[in-house]
Amino acid sequence: MKVTFPHMGYLWIPVSALLRKLGLDVVVPPPITRRTLSLGVQHAPEFACFPLKLNLGNFMEAYERGADTIIMAGGVGPCRFGYYAQVQQEILWDLGYKMKMVVLEPPKGHWWGLWKRIRWLIGERSVRDLWRALGFAWHKFVALDAIERAACWARPRAAAPRDVRRAVETAVRWVHEAETADQVREAREEGVSLVRSHAVRSLRDPLKVGIVGEIYTLLEPFANYRLEEKLGALGVEVDRSLYLSDWIRAHVVLDALRVSGEHEVKQAAQPYAPHFVGGHGQDTVGRTVLYARHGFDGVIQVMPFTCMPEIVAQSILPRVAHDYGIAVLTLIVDEHSADAGIQTRLEAFVDLLRRRRSKKKHDAVARAQAGK
Amino acid sequence: MRIGIPRGLLYYEYFPLWKCFFEELSAEVIVSGPTTKRILDRGVQTAVDEACLPVKVFYGHAAELGDCVDFLFVPRVVSVEPRAYTCPKFLGLPDMLRASMVLPRLLSPTVNMRRNRRQLLAAVRQVAAELGAGPVKTWRAWRRAVAAYRRFKEFLRQGYGFEDAVSLALGQNRHLARQAPPARDLTVAVLGHPYLVYDQLVGMNLIQRLRSEGVRVLTADSFTPAEIEAKVRNLPKALFWTYEKQVLGAALACLDRNVDGIIQYVSFGCGPDSMIGELIQRWVRRKRDIPFTLLTVDEHTGQAGILTRVEAFLDMVARKKARSA
Repeated sequence: MKVTFPHMGYLWIPVSALLRKLGLDVVVPPPITRRTLSLGVQHAPEFACFPLKLNLGNFMEAYERGADTIIMAGGVGPCRFGYYAQVQQEILWDLGYKMKMVVLEPPKGHWWGLWKRIRWLIGERSVRDLWRALGFAWHKFVALDAIERAACWARPRAAAPRDVRRAVETAVRWVHEAETADQVREAREEGVSLVRSHAVRSLRDPLKVGIVGEIYTLLEPFANYRLEEKLGALGVEVDRSLYLSDWIRAHVVLDALRVSGEHEVKQAAQPYAPHFVGGHGQDTVGRTVLYARHGFDGVIQVMPFTCMPEIVAQSILPRVAHDYGIAVLTLIVDEHSADAGIQTRLEAFVDLLRRRRSKKKHDAVARAQAGK
Repeated sequence: MRIGIPRGLLYYEYFPLWKCFFEELSAEVIVSGPTTKRILDRGVQTAVDEACLPVKVFYGHAAELGDCVDFLFVPRVVSVEPRAYTCPKFLGLPDMLRASMVLPRLLSPTVNMRRNRRQLLAAVRQVAAELGAGPVKTWRAWRRAVAAYRRFKEFLRQGYGFEDAVSLALGQNRHLARQAPPARDLTVAVLGHPYLVYDQLVGMNLIQRLRSEGVRVLTADSFTPAEIEAKVRNLPKALFWTYEKQVLGAALACLDRNVDGIIQYVSFGCGPDSMIGELIQRWVRRKRDIPFTLLTVDEHTGQAGILTRVEAFLDMVARKKARSA
């Protein structure tokens, strides 16, 4: 049995570490390229959302490398992701790809069924081994998020954007190669300081932009056309609203304990979107409110074309932008998006933010003089 | 007291229920007129580009009712059966509307039967309380409304058109054109959301047109819930969208009935339909050799283009049938 799983940002590092610790033979799909995308687009339904197409491309490329089992997450709706695995399975079946899909979700709401699937995957290993492997993977999640956060800080301050990209690649490789929890910790510390060492310019008050939206397009740089790097190169300090480790803490651990982990976000969304709308729709609204309250210059919402929960959020955001006076840009991505188009829109958006700032400063000076 | 109901989305699913209920509570129900180009344009102007066609149509109707009503009835229908949802856009519909236009007071109960069927009654009580009705009156109104809804569904199943089924269910004396028996031995299923296929503008009167061609037409409403449930029981995973489950179940049920062709009618960018459409196509092709076509509509779709495709499809179905006979 050779297992594979879909890509989503650096998810592959902790997940492959987890599976290898459990003694599974892992085939990591090759990094997403135009080829991955075109394979997915060819065979996926036209109006399926972007992540489904990229996942499918991942599976097909992993199959070429010998994978025969897919580990996939599931869901209970109403977001389409909950039915991804079943649709992808049908497509692969018709294409003649003999791959078994193991969906990690409670089938028909029975947790026992989920446990049986996990048991089947880990074979003879004990629960203690599973627990240990999970702990080890968790360290990697935390390390990667720390490196990504450092990169967001360093990019606008670096002499050349590609220095930071290279440093991130090195740091990520260290985390990937770490074999023990101590090594991961070491990789994290060294990686973060390596990335931060490229911040050579001191910025007094950089433009700050928060990024909200759908989880896959937030986390996968191929899907968002390297949004964070583009903004960093334009001298913007980016705050991404969602990191994997935070998400796991809030949705897997705290949810299992029946504690709502994101009370503050829901609270902030209350006047605009009082009800859950699936996916991250409500979070998108809540986080935009929070960014506005924290004095950010702008917010960018990123989502796949036709994403239902994010369309609900997109419909509501103009009201938030109006009430709080914050600039919001919605960036919709799919296989037809292109680098240059996105670059141009980001440049225009950053220009707008700069001008708003200088206007604000100008107005304040004018007010002060009038007051004299 | 005047309650406005926009003629869009779940109107096509529950209108007799709503109308009967509100009228029993002595409120006046005002429905926006049939969808026109003007209503659609208004919707397109107010909604975000990304919203799907039926949502834009709904916006248009809501704007149309605007200030001539005391309440606008826009329920938040989260779930209508255990372990299932509706489309995310129904979950956020009142919020989306509120963020995009000035509205009269919204009457917006939350219906969420995902965990508990009885939550529906709480929603009913909440609406009645807002209209100032007592519990006895509410209960009576609700019983009658449910009965009207059942009649409505039954008439649809028997093959009456949407408008006829509504007036029959509400006991209105309306002269009904007798349904002429189909002239040709040809059955075509038109599968899609009621708010697409029953809408006059968006649905392009497809069903009536096919009937006037002498074709017997089935819709997702032509099947009993039991038939649909039996079909979707064998899915690899229970589908968590109620309304799409009906379409998918109907498509699978068509394989057992003597159906000569299937037309799936979807709106551009419909999320759930993108998934079930794929499954329907694959399963139909694997199981039986039935002609299948997918028609996608949005606000730019011209009627002529769609009708040409339907004609061509019908010709093909007829020829195939003649050849195999």
